Amino acid sequence: MVDEEPPVDPRLLAPLQKTTWRFYALVGVLLAVIGWGVYAYTWQLRSGLSVTGLTDRVSWGLYISNLVFFIGISYGGTLISGILRLTHAEWRRPITRLAETTTVMSLLVAAVFPMLDLGRPDRALNLLLYRRIESPIVWDFLGIFTYLAGALLYLYLPLIPDLAIVRRWVKAGRMRGLLYRLLGGRWTGSRLQKRSLERSIGIIAVLIIPVAISVHTVLSWIFAMTLRSGWHTAILGPYFVAGAIFSGTAVVIITMAIVRRVYHLEAYITLRHFRNLGALLLVLDLVVIYFTLSEYLTAAYGAESQDLLWLKALVTGRYAPLFWLMLVGGFVFPAVLLVLRRTVAGIVLASVLVSVAMWLERFLIVVPTMMAPQMGSTWNLYTPSWVEWSITAAGVAAFALLCAVFTKLFPIVSIWETREAATPSEELHGVEEEMSA
Amino acid sequence: MDTASDEVDQEADRSRRRFIKGAVTLVGAAGVATLFSGKILEALEVPTSDVRARSGQDRRWVMLIDLDKCDGCGACTVGCTEAHFVPFGQQWIRVYEVQDEFGHRYFLPRPCMQCENAPCLKVCPVGATYQKDDGIVLVDHTRCIGCRYCMAACPYDARSFNWTEPPHTAEELAHAYSPEAPWPHRAGVVEKCMFCAHLSEHGELPACVKSCSKEMGNGAIYFGDLREDVVSNGVETIPFSKTVRDRGGFRLKEELGTAPRVWYLPPSKG
Repeated sequence: MVDEEPPVDPRLLAPLQKTTWRFYALVGVLLAVIGWGVYAYTWQLRSGLSVTGLTDRVSWGLYISNLVFFIGISYGGTLISGILRLTHAEWRRPITRLAETTTVMSLLVAAVFPMLDLGRPDRALNLLLYRRIESPIVWDFLGIFTYLAGALLYLYLPLIPDLAIVRRWVKAGRMRGLLYRLLGGRWTGSRLQKRSLERSIGIIAVLIIPVAISVHTVLSWIFAMTLRSGWHTAILGPYFVAGAIFSGTAVVIITMAIVRRVYHLEAYITLRHFRNLGALLLVLDLVVIYFTLSEYLTAAYGAESQDLLWLKALVTGRYAPLFWLMLVGGFVFPAVLLVLRRTVAGIVLASVLVSVAMWLERFLIVVPTMMAPQMGSTWNLYTPSWVEWSITAAGVAAFALLCAVFTKLFPIVSIWETREAATPSEELHGVEEEMSA
Repeated sequence: MDTASDEVDQEADRSRRRFIKGAVTLVGAAGVATLFSGKILEALEVPTSDVRARSGQDRRWVMLIDLDKCDGCGACTVGCTEAHFVPFGQQWIRVYEVQDEFGHRYFLPRPCMQCENAPCLKVCPVGATYQKDDGIVLVDHTRCIGCRYCMAACPYDARSFNWTEPPHTAEELAHAYSPEAPWPHRAGVVEKCMFCAHLSEHGELPACVKSCSKEMGNGAIYFGDLREDVVSNGVETIPFSKTVRDRGGFRLKEELGTAPRVWYLPPSKG
């Protein structure tokens, strides 16, 4: 059966066959950054969290900001690919795999950060032994691992037919051959298998959306369930979710640009993909600006004394430069860019600005709230230490490394899905059948 | 075409049956495991009901701090720190200097409020923070994972974290740890005032109360049982609810609904 199929576009398999010195150089650099982060963490394990800039009053900092940021960018895959699949947007086909990859990899990185923040990582198992379901941390723990399981399934299922193609056309060593056999060995491409696969993908695409939304909502609830100004607000759940899709889309666009450039996939990832996702990014940008306005204006106009303290830190105080940089440089300017410069370069630049701004946004949610004095009148200061910065850099490097290695093991553009797009009549037929049934 | 799709349907049917059989077996096994989970937890030595909360006494401990008498000397903090070997940098009872809107300055000692509706207790993911039936909120340092969620949740900044291994003394290390008398101290866990739970259960006054009366002769801090409705500073014993009513007593951040067990009498002297 495989023989009857048209030969595979060599451009899609090339990354699995040939590896340039540049790739090894990149892996080397990323491993060096990760290694430095691991060294910093051993430092922290030896001396305790005193090596961070955290204090009794600002007791959460970069690690928790990174957790929120990485969970946020995981939305790109799930929501873009899930929603586009459900709405039968045909143009999605070359970018779904890539989007789902960023989801899984960012989740893997995100899941590490709360562990790094624990004072007693040796007792992490207590979360299972003594879990109290009343605590939002436990909701989060359950949510993240459910989401990770779902995201892995959602990445894996559409990969199965491609594994058969890879086994047929790519000469792989023993380890890789074993990997492909273990993951997709029983795929024959029979009608029954195809039907089961498509149904399964359909089900997981529906399920993953509420799971993703609930994960970022319960993450926001860790903050919202406390009694602190800036956290204790009902808008935090939707604000987190909107920011997550926003940053996730930006990261997918950046990844698209890199993959397209490095692997010469201009025929698959086209200007149209950038424009479509750019339009989505613009809409999400406006949504996030709207939520930001709602959040800060409500607090400022009501002018409760504790709210004002927290706002002061942001608008005129210590974090004012970052706050205005985020708002003007990361939210408003990209919106202008997305309207006026609808080229690949313009859209990618907007995405880079948005990614940085969304990291700042996470930081500015976590830290200034804890800086505002609750008792007495002394402001609590926080300056992240080299250990925290090193581990943060290692997190970003780990995300890049995981994505890069994935493109070397599996086709980053789904082969069978892009091939199917060539015969749209079949799909149309299927839709008609469903409607008449 | 039709027979082919029939075959596919039949094969799908068989495969579904196999799957359901497998799933039912798995769920059944999980069910049986749940039935015996009590035994499994026992084997792992995890207490299934909270025996830690029982004090064996019918008490509701409260504190009353007379801000009129407090001169900000800090004897309470010193006494507390010495009695419990409190690690450097922590103040389980901290004295804030406050200025009211008319420019009048006064001092505000802040122990743990031992809230009836404690926000720290709600958020703890592992039940390291718990409330005894006498109302005292304690931290089990052998269980705490150091996530510091309780610190984020506490509106009174009453909690501190051991960011590194605290320096020890021989006397401190000789003591047997219990949540009621939580030392020797250890790295990576959250600590706070525990209303001297180890003293009150033997009818003794907390360390800060004794220091305030003895060292400086102020006697600004009173301690007692809400049920008996009297509190004492070690020198005099006064009615509790009547004093609070007569002198306009208040609790900190009443509007948050945390229901603290610490009341204050307002400063009146200029």
